[in-house]
Amino acid sequence: MSANTAVAEKYRNNFLKEIEEQVEMGDWVKMCMQCGVCSGSCPTNFQSAWEHPPQELFMMIRAGKREEVLTSSSMWNCTSCYNCIVRCPRKLPITHIMHGIAEYAHRLGMAPKMQPTRFFSGLFWKNCTHTGRVNELKLSMGLYFKDGFVQGIKNGMAMQSVALGLVKAKRLNVMELFGGHKCKDQKGVHAMLKKAYEIERSRKTAKMAG
Amino acid sequence: MADIKVAAYICKGCGLGERLDTDALVKTAQKDGKVPLAKSHEFLCNADGVAMIKNDIANEGVTHIMIGACSRRAKTEAFHFPEHAVARANLREGVVWIRPDTEEARETTQEMAEDYIRMGCAEVKAMTAPAGNLNTGGSKTLLVVGGGVTGMTTAIEASKTGYPVVLVEKSGALGGWAGKLYKRTPVHEPYKSPADTGVADLVSQVQADSNIKVYLNATIAKTDGAPGRFVVDVATESGATHTEDIGAIVQATGFTLYDMNKLPELGGGKSPNVVDQAGLEALAAAAAEGDGVIRRPSDGQPVKSVVFVQCAGQRDTTGQHLSYCSGFCCNASIKQAMYFKDTNPAVDTTIIYTDLRTPGNGEDFYRSAQEKGVIFTKGKVAEVLPTGNTSTVKFNDLILGDTDAAMVDVDLVVLATGQVANSGINIDALAATAEEEGAVEVKPISILNLTYRQGKDVPQLKQGFTDSHFICFPYETRRTGIYTAGPVRRPMDIAQAREDATGAALKAIQALENAELGRAAHPRSGDLSFPKVRLEGCTQCKRCTVECPFGAIDEDEKRFPVFNESRCRRCGTCMGACPVRVISFENYSVNTVGAQIKAVDIPDEFSEKPRILILACENDAYPALDMAGMNRIEYSAYVRTIPVRCLGSVNTIWITDALNAGYDGVMLMGCKSGDEYQCHFVKGSELGRTRLSKIDDTLKTLNLESERVRDLEVAITDIERLPEMINKYAAELVAVGPSPFKGF
Amino acid sequence: MAKHEYAFYPGCSSQKGASASNYLTSVESMCKTLDVKLTEIPDWNCCGASIGYAEAGELPRHVLNARNFALSEQHLPGQEIVATCAACWLGARETRERLTHSDTLMADTREALKEAGLTINEMPNVRHMVEVLIEDLGFEEMAKHVVRPLEGVKIAGYVGCQTNRPFGVAGESFENPVYLDKMVEMVGAESIPEYEQKVTCCGGALAFSEPEKAQAQIKDIVESAYDHGADMIVTPCPLCQANVEIYQGQINKRYGTKFDIPVMYYSQLMVVAYGGSAKDAALNGQVIKARRLEEIAAKPVKR
Repeated sequence: MSANTAVAEKYRNNFLKEIEEQVEMGDWVKMCMQCGVCSGSCPTNFQSAWEHPPQELFMMIRAGKREEVLTSSSMWNCTSCYNCIVRCPRKLPITHIMHGIAEYAHRLGMAPKMQPTRFFSGLFWKNCTHTGRVNELKLSMGLYFKDGFVQGIKNGMAMQSVALGLVKAKRLNVMELFGGHKCKDQKGVHAMLKKAYEIERSRKTAKMAG
Repeated sequence: MADIKVAAYICKGCGLGERLDTDALVKTAQKDGKVPLAKSHEFLCNADGVAMIKNDIANEGVTHIMIGACSRRAKTEAFHFPEHAVARANLREGVVWIRPDTEEARETTQEMAEDYIRMGCAEVKAMTAPAGNLNTGGSKTLLVVGGGVTGMTTAIEASKTGYPVVLVEKSGALGGWAGKLYKRTPVHEPYKSPADTGVADLVSQVQADSNIKVYLNATIAKTDGAPGRFVVDVATESGATHTEDIGAIVQATGFTLYDMNKLPELGGGKSPNVVDQAGLEALAAAAAEGDGVIRRPSDGQPVKSVVFVQCAGQRDTTGQHLSYCSGFCCNASIKQAMYFKDTNPAVDTTIIYTDLRTPGNGEDFYRSAQEKGVIFTKGKVAEVLPTGNTSTVKFNDLILGDTDAAMVDVDLVVLATGQVANSGINIDALAATAEEEGAVEVKPISILNLTYRQGKDVPQLKQGFTDSHFICFPYETRRTGIYTAGPVRRPMDIAQAREDATGAALKAIQALENAELGRAAHPRSGDLSFPKVRLEGCTQCKRCTVECPFGAIDEDEKRFPVFNESRCRRCGTCMGACPVRVISFENYSVNTVGAQIKAVDIPDEFSEKPRILILACENDAYPALDMAGMNRIEYSAYVRTIPVRCLGSVNTIWITDALNAGYDGVMLMGCKSGDEYQCHFVKGSELGRTRLSKIDDTLKTLNLESERVRDLEVAITDIERLPEMINKYAAELVAVGPSPFKGF
Repeated sequence: MAKHEYAFYPGCSSQKGASASNYLTSVESMCKTLDVKLTEIPDWNCCGASIGYAEAGELPRHVLNARNFALSEQHLPGQEIVATCAACWLGARETRERLTHSDTLMADTREALKEAGLTINEMPNVRHMVEVLIEDLGFEEMAKHVVRPLEGVKIAGYVGCQTNRPFGVAGESFENPVYLDKMVEMVGAESIPEYEQKVTCCGGALAFSEPEKAQAQIKDIVESAYDHGADMIVTPCPLCQANVEIYQGQINKRYGTKFDIPVMYYSQLMVVAYGGSAKDAALNGQVIKARRLEEIAAKPVKR
């Protein structure tokens, strides 16, 4: 992309419209008044500074910085603590918008591939919708092995004491690896979710078509 | 002088009887005050007490009354004897309430009370009852200068109250700036969209009102006289001059947008596609006449993208442009952005701001604009570069930290340039430049063309807005009977201007009614005294004519002062300024205060009882001292307080007299002066302080320490601070030692 | 018949052998004392939790919760749903709000539910167990059953996030909720109202994916409890409990601290105070043993 077209792309509200139509609660982005209370209320922004805290992401969306927003790892730092939501003087559902942008970036395949929380988030959803209930052991194992078998063993070893403590307290069952808890009507859960995805997709496509 | 008979009355109520030896006070009045009639009463302000005084007036021929009771600020209705000279000795707030009720304190408390009785008796003898000003005029007509929203509202409000109005408008039509607006910022629920300006309705109300006489294409050629009897020449386009008798004046001359040609870096004057807010209103109004589409001035193509630049030439820290915020422009830009969004949501509208200021319901309006898709970008615009039919707006993005942010292919740029007051000639600047020869700047044209000695227009603040006591008397200018309202007074929007207009109309009516009765306007409302000058002693030094904060004093051909009583606010600054002490009021003069100073009994240097004279401004310092008393905050028994009308009225002779008489120190308590003045007479405390800054020389000639005179800036809220300052000063004086002048 | 009856949504972590199984055990004991009957919603499913957002989408997430509503309506008509897990409660309650406010979302949800042979006619109330205790029973009623006050135990009330925001317990502030402190006082222990980390986030799911970020926060939470002289921490949330308890060893390694503070559920405190045994209170489920509580639980009860 030449510098000229980069400037030309900049500061047009098309990307804002895209976010409004394709992202859950995206139509709230325009209502931000840039006070920065969200950024100052975010626990992970405090611990290790987001690259772009929510206030900044909103401004970037308005400024049309599509690539930068969607490839950002920032919104994946959200812990879902909802502090930003309750403090926002404009009542923006910031937590949901962060999740929404992350989901959209993930959907488009633009989200950073090896971002650990992105990986865990996908893993969690698959885990819980597979049987209808979470299998905590498989969930943890899945996360440890995200970077390959060798790394997985290492990660597992690192977490060994934690896991052992839980097993001793009967709060982690090694037998979960072979089956574990599940819904009886697994089929129904799958069919229902399949339908929900279909409907959601068609609604988003319709919006895009105008 | 006619024969006078003085009577002194000592009250025993409110605990005075228990705390003080009132019989001794009666004796003090007789012996030291040399009063032929002195009495005490159990409860002087009750019906019986007041009847006693009235009886003495009727049957004993009493002409001068000294009341030793509470503060002169209390029980003013009970002790109201307008035909007679009245002095008050403040035994309650000034003595018993600020002293401890202990055996040790009894002696000094009694001494304090006795001194106040002596002072009251001395003061009343030096007074006469004000006879009132006979040189009054009775015109009930209001002159309104300016036919914009403020002027029209003033005219309509005054007319509705029953006062005839002469409305002078320099252009050919009523309406002013608001008349050129397409729409206005909403002032009613739900504050979501631009609203009708309402100007057409105001114009038709003015036109239909037979009580309002309108001059169009007219200016004020001359304003002569004083409140109640202004004579105003109205010059019309034809060259004819009409003379009107006017009671009071409201100047509603509004503002001019800051000239965008002074902002070439923002594209001002460089392209027809860069406009100010007025330019955009014109485009919107033209569009509304046609197909509703706002078009690019350069080629008539529909505007697809528009950028609003806030604070253009405002809040400037370089000293080149306006230093202030005009307050209205954020809402105006939001409104103008809606002109685009309401007709075509696809138009890119961006407002670049550093701080969006939309107070009150403006916040709802702001939210509504966001809902409509107006983009708000926090940034500072560095440059607008017009090329061909579009412009590039370069700015520092303050959220993203991008110093080279830019928007390209912008069809239209709107600069929010802010309000500059149409306040006429800056008479102070004229005086300043007259002193330094050479540097002659092009001066604005006078609006009122006053024939006053001090200049043709009302005084201005440093930003060009008209000067007024911002807190207490916002509409009053420093010319009695002349009020300003609307953006000439401070930057404001239509809603604020209309409120201003209503307030100014009522204040102007009050002024002309007071003028007819010869009474003062605020802050000494109702005062019938006025300065009298003994011309045979005058040295034509011009101090009074130069210093009068209200331009009340003119000069005759021989350079003698000519007092215009109806313009006077009775502050006494002239009296304080006069080096030969020929200016006085009937009830307030160099003598009335001087006699009090001399009446105090000064103990000898071995008694270890210092005496401190306090001259306290009656508007802030004296009430603060009274309130200290109400709160029973104790302070030194060595002070003797005399209220003064203003620090500006303090004549240095009082200080010299006091020090000569053996007082150990003098405290002057006046309001804050300077740019953020609190003085009720605007310049009084400043002028007073300038005068008193030379007191050091006097102290040197008397061979006295500089600590002996202390100047204090006092606010009415200093209720706890004042007693502390007094006690601290008393302690300091002990360290300095007794005055060497005692016993002479 | 029991005094209070509810449709119970225990959630994944409360299941047997799962990370909050001790929570469930103690809740069951507590409810027995308080005469509260919980009937598990048959075949309930996971709420999706907030962390599932990468793939959950909006409608699938709500459909997941709506299935539980439909099952509750079908099998336990007229009963309010009670959750013990903060995330379950939040997820379900959010779905309830969204479906109530959007006809489209409601219609779409019904259409998807049809695939599982289910439907919703009425929106159920979704309550957290803490709400039931405070609002339906009240502190006075809860206090009546205390027979073994936890005297001399100082407890930091760690409320955390999701039982507190965005919905929270009615009448409580987001910045300084006090109900846990009141519960601590109610069981006869000493509360620490000035505990400044009471609403700090434990890191949530980031404890798994980005442990260093979560553990930085957990360190603050534990450290402040120690600073205030706490003997233990109490919380109403399973993830808060797990995160704050089980990573103390790792935090000690990372920061050189010597943390070893038990993290309890309010229900465990209540069960011990109500005279229950260590087993009733599932004290054996602690990774960091709550010795003080075990001692108290071993004492005979004066009835």
